[in-house]
Amino acid sequence: MSDVPPNEVTVTINGTEFEARPGEMLIAAADRAGVHIPRFCYHERMSSVGMCRMCLVDVDTGRGPMLQPSCMVPVAEGMVVDTQSEDTKRAQEGILEFLLVNHPLDCPVCDKGGECPLQDQTMAYGPGESRFVEEKRHYEKPIPVSDLVHLDRERCILCDRCTRFADEIAGDPLIQFTERGNSTQILTFPDEPFSSYFSGNTVQICPVGALTAAPYRFKARPWDLEQVESTCTTCAVGCRVGVESSRNQLVRYLGVDVESVNHGWLCDKGRFDYEAVNSGDRLVTPLIRDNHDENQLLGTDWGSALARAAEAIEQAGPQRVGIIGGSRLTNEDAYAWAKLARSIIGTDNVDAQLGDGLPADLVLGLPTATIADACEADTVLIVGPDLKEELPILHLRLRVAATKGQTRIVEIGSIATGTEPHAQRSIRCRSGEAAKTLVALLESDDPLADQLRDGSVVAVLGRASMAESATPALEVASVIRDRLPHATFLPALRRGNVRGALDMGLAPGILPGRTTIDDPSEPLMNLWQTLPEKAGLDTTAMLQAAAVGQLDTLILLGADPLRDFPDRNLAVEGFRHVKTVIAIDNFVTESVSHADVVMPSTAYGEQGGTTTNIEGRVSRLAQKITPPGSTRDDWMIAAELAWRLGGDLGIGSREEIWCEIEQVAPSHAGVTIERICGPDAHEGILIQGSSVKPTLPTPQEPPVVDGYGLRLVSGRKLWDAGTGISHSPSLRDLAEEPTLKVHPGDLQRLGVSSGTAVRVISTRTTETLLAVADDTILRGTAVLPFNQPGGGANRFIDATALVNDIRIETL
Amino acid sequence: MKFFSEENLELAEIIIKRYPKPRSAMIPLLHLAQEQDGWISDDAMVEIAELVGTTSAEVLGTCSFYEMFKRRRVGKYVINVCTTMSCALMGAEELLEHAERRLGVKAGGTTADGMFTIEGAECQAACTEAPCLQVNYRHRYRVTPDQFDSIVDELSSTDHDVPDHGVLSQVRQHIPEDRFVGTVAPENVTSAPAWMHDQGSDQ
Repeated sequence: MSDVPPNEVTVTINGTEFEARPGEMLIAAADRAGVHIPRFCYHERMSSVGMCRMCLVDVDTGRGPMLQPSCMVPVAEGMVVDTQSEDTKRAQEGILEFLLVNHPLDCPVCDKGGECPLQDQTMAYGPGESRFVEEKRHYEKPIPVSDLVHLDRERCILCDRCTRFADEIAGDPLIQFTERGNSTQILTFPDEPFSSYFSGNTVQICPVGALTAAPYRFKARPWDLEQVESTCTTCAVGCRVGVESSRNQLVRYLGVDVESVNHGWLCDKGRFDYEAVNSGDRLVTPLIRDNHDENQLLGTDWGSALARAAEAIEQAGPQRVGIIGGSRLTNEDAYAWAKLARSIIGTDNVDAQLGDGLPADLVLGLPTATIADACEADTVLIVGPDLKEELPILHLRLRVAATKGQTRIVEIGSIATGTEPHAQRSIRCRSGEAAKTLVALLESDDPLADQLRDGSVVAVLGRASMAESATPALEVASVIRDRLPHATFLPALRRGNVRGALDMGLAPGILPGRTTIDDPSEPLMNLWQTLPEKAGLDTTAMLQAAAVGQLDTLILLGADPLRDFPDRNLAVEGFRHVKTVIAIDNFVTESVSHADVVMPSTAYGEQGGTTTNIEGRVSRLAQKITPPGSTRDDWMIAAELAWRLGGDLGIGSREEIWCEIEQVAPSHAGVTIERICGPDAHEGILIQGSSVKPTLPTPQEPPVVDGYGLRLVSGRKLWDAGTGISHSPSLRDLAEEPTLKVHPGDLQRLGVSSGTAVRVISTRTTETLLAVADDTILRGTAVLPFNQPGGGANRFIDATALVNDIRIETL
Repeated sequence: MKFFSEENLELAEIIIKRYPKPRSAMIPLLHLAQEQDGWISDDAMVEIAELVGTTSAEVLGTCSFYEMFKRRRVGKYVINVCTTMSCALMGAEELLEHAERRLGVKAGGTTADGMFTIEGAECQAACTEAPCLQVNYRHRYRVTPDQFDSIVDELSSTDHDVPDHGVLSQVRQHIPEDRFVGTVAPENVTSAPAWMHDQGSDQ
């Protein structure tokens, strides 16, 4: 990073001179000098507290050697440090003997045993035996502090890591030191669990076995686990993870510290959704619609499934085939499918986004920012989804940067978000009116307008609500381009490798390497030979075409439009009128259950390749386990289909695909397979160039809500009825039932009391929902989470409308 | 469910305004809660958390650190009998035993009528006056078992000036509006306070 101070303070550590940075703590300098000082409480991503005293070393600043905690002492010129002196050794022995006084030494039954800093450092630095013969402290063990985390207070050494994390990093100080002296213990408030979206991190940083993760408890011993470094694809942030497995089952993900993305942290959804990969519900064999019984999907072999799929594609003809989805795929898979669609099938009807994102030309064409840029910008302007719910680690990075004063967050939106407590300003506006609000702000004499105009700005832009079309977000982009031309953008997109899928051309009119179909690169033309003549349809247009019988074959690449497309009615109509639905997926989702041909694909951890995060950072995925049943990689399915359609994709492995991408995709030129696999891979390779020019609309006035109506706002929650969560036993009960949240004043006006069932009427449907009063909701607005178990907001939404209004009636 | 009485809620708002950051008012508000009920219930902590803008876990963490914030219901009068060295030598154990017999509860317990809680306590810094005890943290010196009985009798009558447990002071501090200097958050302090500049004047 740019603000790292120069190495200019000379300290001598164990007789060797080292140039440290001014202000750096001694323990950090020693780490960089390659001298390990044992520690429990110190963590490089959190503030130093000097709780455990394990890092005591002999420090001489001219007054003779003195024992000092190296995590609390900044380096000073001429400092002489001895980490191996007799005094240091005696101190270490003493501290360890002391820390073990109340430690139960139940290592044989402890999850941490084998990777436990207390165990390891006791072996390395401990006295060998204890003089303590008295009764140890006893507590009930373990107690759940949340649905996912268990606490064993007997094992706890009170290092303050988990509580510091909860307070400083996550911003959810729900666990605390309570009592004092010998009774000091970590506790939550009674009946108020540690329900943080980031609680799993405390398990990872706990230096003893006091905090254990419910999904992992007693599942494996660390020495039986093998770890590979990979990238999380649960959301589009792309955190680095260590993937661990035992007996061909994924058993744990651990956050890996990379400076550019996640700083070692993971959200609980990303950390624990490996359970879905191991799920017994996985699709492991191809399925085909029974000719005799329309309601039945029968198991079949790959040959029959592929033949049936190829037949349906051929019969439809290029203009009547549509491909929806692809953001679950790796870059290589996405490329294979983009190539199959354009050069073999001959259609440009491809879209990786499900009508809930931003147009590809915008994502690829706007000047992009990195997460680090956002954390250092004078202002981060958020106009989009609640980042805490949808891109949790981006939220975490911005939150930490804002609380440290490195950046200031300004958000414009229609609902209270997880960002609000840390924002410099949260401007509420009615859904669909963000652009108007931004213009009003910039034209006012508010000092914030000057701050935005004069300082650096990173705009985090996305679709705040599924109940509004993409237009309001485009208008915001247009206003920012027009009035804040120095601003750079970070797209807040939905689903794992969505950015990679767009980069690889899984969007209408877009070709691999951030180029458009009107302007293909020469190497691409040489290899692909033919291209569709004009840009195709996006997901909404495809479903609309399908609904009126203009599309015959719909291919779903890990997409579930019936659940995830904002407008369920349109998706249902599309499915009803299309002749054949071909689904490639890991699970029988609702959409897959309507398919005529189902092909099982490999899941996360079962495939290698690369993925691209919202910044455009390409990082590696690692294969850790062998795929179940006869599942195949998505690129293989594309290659097989090509062959059956009389073509040849000319690819035989992921590596070959990447080499081809590097050749044909202008933006990816020079990102060779050697670089992808080389030392750069840890941080990922940032690709920022693009030749796509975004088309921006001129702002329109959204319709006025009539006196009876409420404007519907619908965002996603972290815990919802998504496929990954509903197949993860530890997570599936965390999603709340859907309730319609309305301002108490509006409820009163309508004569509805909070907590009662009401009839909700939209242009699409009339259904019964529970209405709850919430005074954080804007007057005239109703908030319904998008995809909660028991019914999603997609039933009420018309995807073709700019905004959606609903009415409420008492039953 | 609201915990603070209307009057105390008003007082709480005034107390919070005295600090640049609402969270700093946590301990004063815990005192206020203890003054209202004589002890601090979970409801009180939840409401204080709301008032100062933090989590109830943080309030619990602070509250439980201090022994004198009682998280269980205690008697109207909490009697702490010192059992440390000087008092122990001068008959504190006998005094405590007598107290337990007289009140019919063990140390740490509260009488059924909710009048008295008896506790053994550490040194109360009155070693020259051993054995000593405190009634709601007000010292009584050189207490014999007989005197203990008369203290109990006195407290049982209305003829005494010991306020109920939780009352910090019978005279509440009040800063008049015009003498209130206002608060500045630490990060916004740019110069030394005004009184420092005045030091050179001819007072």
